[in-house]
Amino acid sequence: MTTTTQRASLIPAVRPTVPAQLPTVVERTLPNGLRVLVVARSSVPLVELRLRIPFTGLGADYAARTELLAETLFTGTAKRDRVQIATAVQALGGSLSTGVDADRLAVVGSALATNLDPLLGILAEVLTEASYPDDEFGGERDRVVEDATMALSQPGVIAREALLGRMFPGHPYGSVVAEPAVLAGVSVDAVRDLHAARISPRGAILTLVGDVEPAAALDAVEAALGGWSGGESEAMPPVPALTTGPILIVNRPGAVQTNIRLGGGALDRRDPGYPAQRLANTIFGGYFSSRLVDNIREDKGYTYSPRSSVDNYLAGSRFTVAADVATDVTGPALLEILYELGRMAVLAPSSEELEAARQYSVGTMALGSATAAGLASTLSGLAGAGIGVEYLRDHPAALTKVTAEEVLAVAARLLAPTRLIAVLVGDAEKITGAVAALGPVTAVVDGSAGS
Amino acid sequence: MTSTLPSPAYPLEKAQLDNGLRVVLAPDTTAPVVAVAVHYDVGFRSEPEGRTGFAHLFEHMMFQGSEHVGKAEHPKYVQAAGGIFNGSTHPDHTDYYELLPAGALELALFLEADRMRAPKITRENLDNQIAVVQEEIRVNVMNRPYGGFPWITLPPVAFDTFPNAHNGYGDFSELEAASLDDAEDFFEKFYAPGNAVLTIAGDFTVDDATKLVERYFGDIAARAVPIRRSFAEPVRAQERRSELVDKLAPRPALAIGYRVPDPDTDLPAFLAHFLLTDVLTTGDASRLERRLVQDDRSVIGVSSYLGTFGDPFDQRDPLLLTIEARHAAESPADGIVAAIDEELERIATDGLADGELSRVRARVASGLLREADDALGRALALGAFELHRGRPQMLNELPAMLSEVTGDTVAAAAAALRAQGRSVLELKAGASS
Repeated sequence: MTTTTQRASLIPAVRPTVPAQLPTVVERTLPNGLRVLVVARSSVPLVELRLRIPFTGLGADYAARTELLAETLFTGTAKRDRVQIATAVQALGGSLSTGVDADRLAVVGSALATNLDPLLGILAEVLTEASYPDDEFGGERDRVVEDATMALSQPGVIAREALLGRMFPGHPYGSVVAEPAVLAGVSVDAVRDLHAARISPRGAILTLVGDVEPAAALDAVEAALGGWSGGESEAMPPVPALTTGPILIVNRPGAVQTNIRLGGGALDRRDPGYPAQRLANTIFGGYFSSRLVDNIREDKGYTYSPRSSVDNYLAGSRFTVAADVATDVTGPALLEILYELGRMAVLAPSSEELEAARQYSVGTMALGSATAAGLASTLSGLAGAGIGVEYLRDHPAALTKVTAEEVLAVAARLLAPTRLIAVLVGDAEKITGAVAALGPVTAVVDGSAGS
Repeated sequence: MTSTLPSPAYPLEKAQLDNGLRVVLAPDTTAPVVAVAVHYDVGFRSEPEGRTGFAHLFEHMMFQGSEHVGKAEHPKYVQAAGGIFNGSTHPDHTDYYELLPAGALELALFLEADRMRAPKITRENLDNQIAVVQEEIRVNVMNRPYGGFPWITLPPVAFDTFPNAHNGYGDFSELEAASLDDAEDFFEKFYAPGNAVLTIAGDFTVDDATKLVERYFGDIAARAVPIRRSFAEPVRAQERRSELVDKLAPRPALAIGYRVPDPDTDLPAFLAHFLLTDVLTTGDASRLERRLVQDDRSVIGVSSYLGTFGDPFDQRDPLLLTIEARHAAESPADGIVAAIDEELERIATDGLADGELSRVRARVASGLLREADDALGRALALGAFELHRGRPQMLNELPAMLSEVTGDTVAAAAAALRAQGRSVLELKAGASS
């Protein structure tokens, strides 16, 4: 391998980068239960705001109510209408938006740092006095129904819904997009009741990162939100044990691609095996330099952006694989994906692969907290799982110690193809034959949303 | 009325190597990270007829190996150093970039210089990337509802000449016809060091970076720099309409394209159009959100933006202000267009409300600060400002420039949209649901 040696001597060495100092988090829990985290960071004269409120609940109707609450939270209060709220936020150089999933309701915002007090004032007004005006609610409900209909026509969404439905049957994690018909049946009173019961400081966490003085920011939060009150949140039921089974094909006649998705369980961030799992995922399909990309993109040209990920939710983490491939190579692409998963499960990675994945994971964690917005989102997500800022120091340290044998052990448990559920969205007539050669296929279901 | 908007104050250094490469350095020690970007002055408007999609295909080929770097090794070196990378093809430029821990600056400069000197393009790698690009087009355009709407489908309505009107993703048969000779010609003509800007932003010292840049890029031979073509087309007086059927879409959609002033020759008027897009569609208090979403309830969502991909500053003239909406079948496009006309007329005639301009400016200014907080966002913005305007310091100056935009000029921008022959594209929903 002379060429490699010669080449290696030309490639400049990477100098070790001194890690950023661990951010100093100043914290206070208000008497009403709201936990507040503040980090001073003066790179830009802005403040980033992240509020998470536990929002667990059961059933499709509950999920539809949470979606409509999130979409209409800012449409009016006892004092201001929708346009007045938006006008006031914009004048602060600010924005406030909402998002909801099975774990939490999130309010994400930012503003010029000098406007923190009025931003908190608007937030408090909405949390304690949102009125959900009848006409605004009716209009928004119609719009959200249409939005959901359009989302469900996207093949990527169809594939995700089918996979989650198989992974988490009967559990709040089993669907992300509420059914249009269920959304259409939600009343404004049901959303007002939901607000009264669940928009509560108990268990909620507010994270502020920006050009602020922490003690003053904590006082400002206490002044604005100290009077907010509410009830207890519900506990998330445990996720059902994964039941593997035949490959599910969702038929989308005429589709020029097949959306291949595989999913299974994963260790959560507090598990001692988590660092090894992170590197196993990275080596398999978690970055461009992975085996999955090398094989089905750079070698075979079957797909544009194949990938895998570990995603963390409160009741359990999950591992997923995704590749959108040309219809006529669906069988070959699935074969290669299963081969690469199997290889992870029975053979240890090379030391070069392990080292590259380790450096990537450590380096990109640092990149993710290099901006105020990135740091705020990271800290808020960690805090929601009960994990502190020290994770930003301890997790990279743990990654440096992972061995190839540990990666193999975790991959054997979690990446083995026999431990995963497979869902394919594509033209069933064209792909079923090849797919059935690789494993049993269940009855095809119709997923031709809209056609 | 002017107001003081907070503006960034990143220190900047500009230099030019003997081979013509322009260099922008923006040191900042906030976080131990560094971003490197190379902008080449060629985008899909410059690709030859019969080779639609070639600029983008060539972008893929720049990751397939170079003199000292094997196929697909560029990503591996960057990622094994803890960094991320990508490239993207725009109408008027193609950029390549990395964001890495600060200690990997030299590696990134080596990698960018190696492929600026000579990418190594083989038939096998070209065939592989043609297949990959075809999958990219299938996933982003052909296999999804609203794919390519309106960035691919509006330009042929709005423009008449090949550079402005054609599909930048490319026709499958023309992609398949791409040859090694095409690649060599394209590289030779457009990837000269004098046709590029190198930007470094983040944690480094100017002295170190200057030495490294000279070491790695200094010996790349100078080549002729292509004369930049004009893509100018007259602004039409007559409206033009077109429609298409999207077999996968469950609801109709609408896009309206308007020509805007040339940012190089009339930046103040261009910035007035930029703020007009925020007046129209940013937030619940914006004009079209209120009219179309909240009052008429005729649309499901509406947005407006300058430039093909929504970045007002990464493109030269001619470019469009686009208003885009998705709507229920029960509210026909004509009524929505008429309501948009009314709202533009209202701004043109009555001007802006008290406080409207200042709140919109405050939000835009804080958005610019937020983007610049990211070293990579900063490097990409600086590189584009240098390439297209010769003024990377526009990153720092933009808030002050926006402070000078008046309500009258925003009203004049709305009037200018009404006065011209706009381009209207209706997407008919071909899927029921």
